[in-house]
Amino acid sequence: MALHRGRGFAAINYPIGMNLGGDPSQALVHSNPEGKFTVALSSIDLGQGMKSVTRQIAAETLGVPVEDVYVDTADSDTGPHCMGSFASRGTHRVGNAVIEAAQEARAVMLEAAAEELEVDAGDLVTDGRGSIHVKGAPSRAITTMAACQAAQFRQGRTVSGRGIFLIPLSEVDPDTGEMTPVSCFAHAAMLVEVEVDDETGEVRVLDMQSAYEVGRALNPRLVEQQLVGGAWMGMSHAAWETTEPRYPDRAHGPVDFNSYLMPGPGDIAPHHISVLERPAPDGPFGGKGPGEMCANPVLPAVCNAVYDAVGVRIDELPVTPEKVLRGIRANGGARPRGRL
Amino acid sequence: MAKKPVTFTLNGAERAAFADDGENLLQFLRRGVGDLGPKYGCGQGSCGACTVLVDGAPHLSCLMLAEAVAGRRVETVSGLARDGALHPLQEAFMDGFAAQCGYCTPGMLMAAKALLDRNPRPSRDEVVEAIGGNLCRCTGYAPIIEAILAAAERRATA
Repeated sequence: MALHRGRGFAAINYPIGMNLGGDPSQALVHSNPEGKFTVALSSIDLGQGMKSVTRQIAAETLGVPVEDVYVDTADSDTGPHCMGSFASRGTHRVGNAVIEAAQEARAVMLEAAAEELEVDAGDLVTDGRGSIHVKGAPSRAITTMAACQAAQFRQGRTVSGRGIFLIPLSEVDPDTGEMTPVSCFAHAAMLVEVEVDDETGEVRVLDMQSAYEVGRALNPRLVEQQLVGGAWMGMSHAAWETTEPRYPDRAHGPVDFNSYLMPGPGDIAPHHISVLERPAPDGPFGGKGPGEMCANPVLPAVCNAVYDAVGVRIDELPVTPEKVLRGIRANGGARPRGRL
Repeated sequence: MAKKPVTFTLNGAERAAFADDGENLLQFLRRGVGDLGPKYGCGQGSCGACTVLVDGAPHLSCLMLAEAVAGRRVETVSGLARDGALHPLQEAFMDGFAAQCGYCTPGMLMAAKALLDRNPRPSRDEVVEAIGGNLCRCTGYAPIIEAILAAAERRATA
């Protein structure tokens, strides 16, 4: 009986969004009577930070404090259409739609301010702290609240904007088979170190090192949070979780936590993350989105590490002790690659 | 169905409500009393989302009969913040980005509170053990463990 250490590596190119008939998302922005802004979306926040990041994007584009923006994702019946919160598309697709909507609303806000200040809207700037002033003349100013209220109560304007971002369906070229399904790729590389027990077949992850390239990290703490949690979800899929028996087996269906293995807080491994920022040309402020990519590289990296440790190539997930043991037995014993 | 009156203390205030025969504490708190803090996760004691404190000790409210808390002291996440001020654990969870979807958070906070109440300076292993019965899908646990340690640290140095 021995414990064998192994290291495994995986790298991925991750396409942001999808291409099944066009991939649109919409946003509507309007100001309220108190001069604050509501962003209406149907893009649901599952905890990944959709509301936080679209709030930042709207505030930055409008030129108002982030506290003055409220993101409403309450109702996909009454909200503008969104394809949904999946495919790591939220920041990229919805963020771009929010920028377009916020730009339109900002233009009306500046026209309203210009009318009140009796200046040209083209000469106005926002300070991001709730004030609009003439470029080079900070005292010639009006608050964003006063401008929005003037628009509504005196000028009869709606300080509002519509935005849509669409990646159109890419048809396959019948001659070459070429298509352009994706405009934006994120990237990741992952190195894991495991310890495999050749008597029990158990695999323990000792350490994870990763680099994730996410475009501009629009909210660095949320990015880190997603990477830490998502990578562990990947680890969980690599070693524990499975929906076997799989569809279309008729026994496939929901089970409880007595049979669905999920790791607890005692099972985690240290994860050292480097976030690389290479702003995407078509991303909102350069953002791409970590999303599913957090989890993806972990699974192949763990399989490669198990191969490195004991010479067993697992080609069906999860990497259970039984599969590892059967593999070791079929090989006539553990064959650490380091000793080959 | 027979209903039984249950008088108990909820987050420091005397409460009385009727419990159905065989009703579990989680349902009783959520439907009978109207405290939506404890969450229904699995309903069979596997996930910890429903964790509440009874006389200071963590309990899975989905596995406990409502009438068992008669005359006892129940604490839920709804009582953690006092007079508009967040509990140090809530502050630490917020600062440490220890919640994503938030569904496990009420249970995590109560399990952590039970730990810090009896052991103000826990080791990392003790924190892991204390929340060992609480599942989290989103965070990978590390931020939660760090937040609990940070809350203990902050309290000790305050």
